Amino acid sequence: MQSRPDNSGYFGKYGGKFVPETLMPALSELERAYSEAIVDPKFQNEFNLLCTDYIGRPTPLYYAAQLTAKAGGATILLKREDLAHTGAHKINNALGQGLLAKRMGKKRIIAETGAGQHGVAVATVCAMLGLECIIYMGEEDIHRQASNVNRMELTGAKVIPVTSGSRTLKDAINEAIRDWVSNVQNTHYLLGSVVGPHPYPMIVRDFQSIIGQEARQQVQAIYGRLPDYLVACVGGGSNSIGLFHPFYDDKKVKFIGVEAGGKGLKSGKHSATLATGKVGVLHGTKSYLMEDEHGQIEETHSIAPGLDYPGVGPEHSFYKDSGRATYVTVSDEQALEGFKMLCDTEGIIPALESAHAIYYAAKMAKDLVKDRLIIVNLSGRGDKDLDIVTKALGMRK
Amino acid sequence: MSRIADVFKPGYKALIAYITAGYPGQKATIDIAQTLADGGCDIIELGIPFSDPLADGATIQKASYEALKQGVTPDTCLEMASEIRKNIATPLVFMTYYNPVLNYGLNTFCKKCVKAGIDGLIVPDLPPEEGLELETITRKNGLDLIYLLAPTSTDNRINIVASSSRGFIYLVSLTGVTGARDTLSPDLARFVERVREKTNLPLCVGFGISKAEHARQAASLADGVIIGSRLIQLIEEDATLASLKQFIYDIREELDMRKTPGGID
Repeated sequence: MQSRPDNSGYFGKYGGKFVPETLMPALSELERAYSEAIVDPKFQNEFNLLCTDYIGRPTPLYYAAQLTAKAGGATILLKREDLAHTGAHKINNALGQGLLAKRMGKKRIIAETGAGQHGVAVATVCAMLGLECIIYMGEEDIHRQASNVNRMELTGAKVIPVTSGSRTLKDAINEAIRDWVSNVQNTHYLLGSVVGPHPYPMIVRDFQSIIGQEARQQVQAIYGRLPDYLVACVGGGSNSIGLFHPFYDDKKVKFIGVEAGGKGLKSGKHSATLATGKVGVLHGTKSYLMEDEHGQIEETHSIAPGLDYPGVGPEHSFYKDSGRATYVTVSDEQALEGFKMLCDTEGIIPALESAHAIYYAAKMAKDLVKDRLIIVNLSGRGDKDLDIVTKALGMRK
Repeated sequence: MSRIADVFKPGYKALIAYITAGYPGQKATIDIAQTLADGGCDIIELGIPFSDPLADGATIQKASYEALKQGVTPDTCLEMASEIRKNIATPLVFMTYYNPVLNYGLNTFCKKCVKAGIDGLIVPDLPPEEGLELETITRKNGLDLIYLLAPTSTDNRINIVASSSRGFIYLVSLTGVTGARDTLSPDLARFVERVREKTNLPLCVGFGISKAEHARQAASLADGVIIGSRLIQLIEEDATLASLKQFIYDIREELDMRKTPGGID
């Protein structure tokens, strides 16, 4: 494990703990509990066992032959996180933190969700571990991702609509933090991305790193070498960090993070935080964010609710400045094209979030030779997006 | 001694009022501040609205949202402060979240605060661990950076805050966000006592204080009380500010213990 973040929770100049005093002791408690848990073989064994038997890990590294042929260049491999239980990578972190909460004696779990994938994962894990579960979800997202709301409620979670601000992920996080401030003694905040105050960006990254660890072993077993490129979508940035992090020291492996270009960077309706943002503080962490000239957080847009967020994990900001990763953008329209392309060529319906990465990988593959290897994180499946997609494609006819 | 420190005298209970700058309007803010000063408030906190006020409950969230909708910015807040400062000598404190200050530039912001007659800053999402830079700059400019403590604060954290906070320490009365409540936390006395054992700085209690009775109880434990959400509600309910004026009068009376149990002066 690398020594980032430092003891104060910083990745270079990004990160930290910018939270109300009420939460500071809880963050220290969480950090302590986590550092004890990860060296406890009992905790590790339980996590690993459930990763196998409950989540269904390892997820396959699938050679997408038809997509590769269609793109007409480099070889495209898909890390099939869509095949994990509940249909997205979010379950890895939800399981890890759920076990941690139980170990800490916190019986009440709160979480935010955008696309609903994290909410579903948390609700599922809470059902399995016997924990009370409250999910905050923006009203706008509740409408956009209704099937996930049903899944959360079926597994016993209480879904609370958030009506403030843009009624999306950002506002759901505000509301979850307010709940945590009010109920911190008996409640664990199960944050779903590599954002928020230290130690969250570290904890979520570590639990998601299983994606990259598996991919690294799998690609070496099948191809006898490391990949040339890793491609993943970036909202808060958990699936991408999960894939990238175990390859950090493999300097020849290039990281490409794909942000939501929405209706175009010039339109202002996008969520391309690293491409267009400035450094600031949101939700307890110092990182790039989208703000206006007065330091007010801007409303974002993406066709993919899970990318619709004005901030980004501090480790990504660190990767951007150091040049370790490159960040690009893919528009709503292009993501839909990626979505269709994967349905047509491989019979796999990707989440709209992951479709951003698919589109970019196919595009870049075209200009590369066949023996170049690209691993794309297919972070989630797209059943939840059928309403959005049919509506969007219908409108374009 | 800063203008804020001068407020606290043995036996005296300070009244600190919070309002959201620019709510319900910029001109109204000037009038409200005048009403507060005339009514005997010792310190006025002007909230610079932020889009994502995660330590605030519904009342201040709504006031912040309305103020932002009307185009209030840190600059217009500085202008309002200058305007208020022309007529009143009461210490003025800006309360806001860290991002607008960071975006403005810590140095420039502090310089402009001094020029506008601001005496201190309260930044609820900036704990001492993250506040070193702002602490240095505020100190250089003669501004008090006031830190907060909460009932969840450990003894170690109380020591950290006690050694860094200037002017006074803001004690968050309860484990929660801002907003009027029906009762005070039963653990408040023990919390104030824990902090008192470790510092001689003035201690002011805020969050949830919405009645004269709360103010009296809190003041019996600490050196001052901070009232915010309840004032915003009163401003919203009665634009003539008569209700606000009466409320401040009643609180002041409680704090000064002019009132006898039978209600006869």
